[in-house]
Amino acid sequence: MGKKQEPARNSTQRKYVKEVNRRAPRPPVLRNVILAFVTGGTVCVVGQAFTDFYAWLMDLTPQEAGNPAVATMILIGALLTGFGVFDKLAKVAGAGLAVPVTGFANSVVASALEFKKEGLVFGVGGKMFQLAGAVIVFGVVTAFIVGLISALLP
Amino acid sequence: MGQYVAAFVVGGAICALGQVLLDTTKFSPGHILSGFTVAGGVLAGLGLYEPLIKFAGAGATMPISSFGNALAQGAMKEAAKNGVIGVLTGMFELTSTGITAAIVFGFFVALIFNPKGGK
Repeated sequence: MGKKQEPARNSTQRKYVKEVNRRAPRPPVLRNVILAFVTGGTVCVVGQAFTDFYAWLMDLTPQEAGNPAVATMILIGALLTGFGVFDKLAKVAGAGLAVPVTGFANSVVASALEFKKEGLVFGVGGKMFQLAGAVIVFGVVTAFIVGLISALLP
Repeated sequence: MGQYVAAFVVGGAICALGQVLLDTTKFSPGHILSGFTVAGGVLAGLGLYEPLIKFAGAGATMPISSFGNALAQGAMKEAAKNGVIGVLTGMFELTSTGITAAIVFGFFVALIFNPKGGK
């Protein structure tokens, strides 16, 4: 996302870079945020539709139906990444696609594909959680502390 | 219908917050998603995430913060039953679906497809 500016080598270049940065349009934050809101909301509405569908299909409570709905969204995120569509959508949607579980699926598949050439074990298996691993690690550590506090508090 | 409006607004708002952090801070997407997961776990501990799910449905279960919530919920539920050891045994009780789906679908999609672009 953030493009790195080449380091300037002499003062003319440095001045030029400064001038370019000064005149460069500010990142269209408001536009990005609105797009993220609309696309993220839409992803959640789709997730809600799957939740209701599974609740109806398998006679589940809404809580139970959340699980297959999450799995379906992960499958969709994985397939969109496989077809190379996810990145194009994410260019517009930004956090609207990255923050829902679709983004989690995307980071898993993108890493697995990127390192596929290193083989099934070291590449796909070993690198699959290169990005998503952090989410799992910090989630588990947080949950461990939260669980411990709840176990020790009366 | 009301459930869909709530899902759209709450889910959209969580994503919009992520976009604000992306655009106005130096944090990488990895930092922000990890932060959302931690926030979900903390909100679970405070007993605030479940009410949000009740209200917003998928608007709260689809964002990655729900992963942190589900981890903490699993740990706390087992801990309530079996004491401290339950923190370990219950950790993945509720998140098994998400992690298994990500591994299995990720694996097969990586087998079937090849990287796009580049060489």
